[in-house]
Amino acid sequence: MLEVKDLHAYYGKSHILQGVTFDIGEGEIVSLLGRNGVGRSTTVKTIMGEVAPSGSIKFKGQEIAGKKAFEIAQLGIGYVPENRDIFPTLSVRQNLILGMKSTVSSGRWTIDSIFEMFPNLAERADVHGGVLSGGEQQMLCMCRTLMGDPELIMIDEPTEGLAPKVVAQVADLLQEIARRGVAILLVEQKLSIALKISRRVYVMGHGKIVYRGTPASLLEADAIRAEWLEV
Amino acid sequence: MLEIFIFATLNGIVTGLLLFMLASGLTLIFSMMGILNFAHASLYMLGAYFAYSVSIRLGFWSGLIIAPIIVGVLGALVERYGLRQVHKSGPVAELVFTFGLAFLIEEAIQFFWGRDTKNYQQPEILDFALFTLFGQEFSAYRGFMIFISVAIFIGLYYTLTKSRIGIIIQAAITHPHTVANLGHNVPLIFMCVFGAGSALAGLAGVIAGPVLTTFPGMSAVLGSIVFVIIVIGGLGSLAGAFIASLMIGLLQSYAIASNVGMPDLLNLLGISFERSHPLNDLWTITLPQIAPILPFLLLVLVLVFRPSGLLGKRE
Repeated sequence: MLEVKDLHAYYGKSHILQGVTFDIGEGEIVSLLGRNGVGRSTTVKTIMGEVAPSGSIKFKGQEIAGKKAFEIAQLGIGYVPENRDIFPTLSVRQNLILGMKSTVSSGRWTIDSIFEMFPNLAERADVHGGVLSGGEQQMLCMCRTLMGDPELIMIDEPTEGLAPKVVAQVADLLQEIARRGVAILLVEQKLSIALKISRRVYVMGHGKIVYRGTPASLLEADAIRAEWLEV
Repeated sequence: MLEIFIFATLNGIVTGLLLFMLASGLTLIFSMMGILNFAHASLYMLGAYFAYSVSIRLGFWSGLIIAPIIVGVLGALVERYGLRQVHKSGPVAELVFTFGLAFLIEEAIQFFWGRDTKNYQQPEILDFALFTLFGQEFSAYRGFMIFISVAIFIGLYYTLTKSRIGIIIQAAITHPHTVANLGHNVPLIFMCVFGAGSALAGLAGVIAGPVLTTFPGMSAVLGSIVFVIIVIGGLGSLAGAFIASLMIGLLQSYAIASNVGMPDLLNLLGISFERSHPLNDLWTITLPQIAPILPFLLLVLVLVFRPSGLLGKRE
């Protein structure tokens, strides 16, 4: 579904991505792991068209490198940024409406189905997004992206700063998303959730992919974890 | 006294709502794109001239529909092929661009339509007194102006706060990148907002033309006041622009209708001056005489005591 080959990206003169290559299959949960500053977030921003790329990014066989963010989103890639970016003055319902690409939601997700999954959001449908808790904002941000019915969703650090109970809810939602046939690229620093739900994992270091495998193989690769993941 | 007050209020509301039609587009464009469009009042004038030309061939009502559409499309083209390119060079370049555009439109109008005042008239069907109060008539056309302005305000309010496109516009103002990531074409939204703002200015010109006369200086009459309004209302605040428009409209209308002045104030204080006094002009000045500068006086006061405007947010 997504094939990234020899991807390079720069912030000014800093060479951030130095030939990143990886792929994601249909309906797969894949995690991109690594310490802070290794280029994980830059990778998803580059795929999304927010950072100028050089190299190849193919989505469903179509080259998308160099396309604008809204065109990439319309092709079926959703992106949930690390900072969540909830619209604070819009209500929960309005935030969800904003995620729809047309006036009628015709995909896997509707406002009603999302409210059914998250009664907390339903109860606060008309409350401004800015007053929600961090966990609720994360859920809302993910659901807002789902309203656009993506085939691949890239989620940057969804559990950052959340209580363990909410982290479990995020994991449940990710699995539900995958069950409905949506592929997930999960960008994480913590191993716990990634190893639990992912089919495959990639580890990044110094702007490159330094390890690829399954959660089970990564658990056995003590040297890799020590060198690239453990703090 | 009561009749003066009632008619001054009605006229103030007409002027205020007309000013709001201009100010709403200007403030919407500013809040989305950070551009102070100096050519906005020129688009208002262009609306009046297009409507005049259409009205002599197809009648007033065709002009009411066609002219704002032409001005809106022109505005969208200006954004797409002018401002969007100039935007890369920074805000000063944008400001100079819109300033130049204002001159260009004014010169173009004089070139194509001439310097004389056009005989752009209100439709015959509205050429009657809507009601007569204390022996004074309130024309149906002024009632029509109020109706159109209020309809536009309600439509704009509904679109911006309740509709999906309004939600997208509101979000694009503060988080353009996030809105783009959700699959919305933000540059296209900006172009449409610029076009809609221009069309509103054009519509204001269409309905103001027959009352305020259609001549090449009509943009200068309202242009500077519109900037006063969006500063008083708070840059980027639509509600603030509405309140400030009505405030300015009423303030000017009351000032013109009143017959008080400095002599009355001096009499009250028991002070008198000889006619030969060097400042005689100042001691005899009346409120109707200073009505045109009252908005600017209010602007100075707002800038001194509340620089962010009535409903603006301090950045």
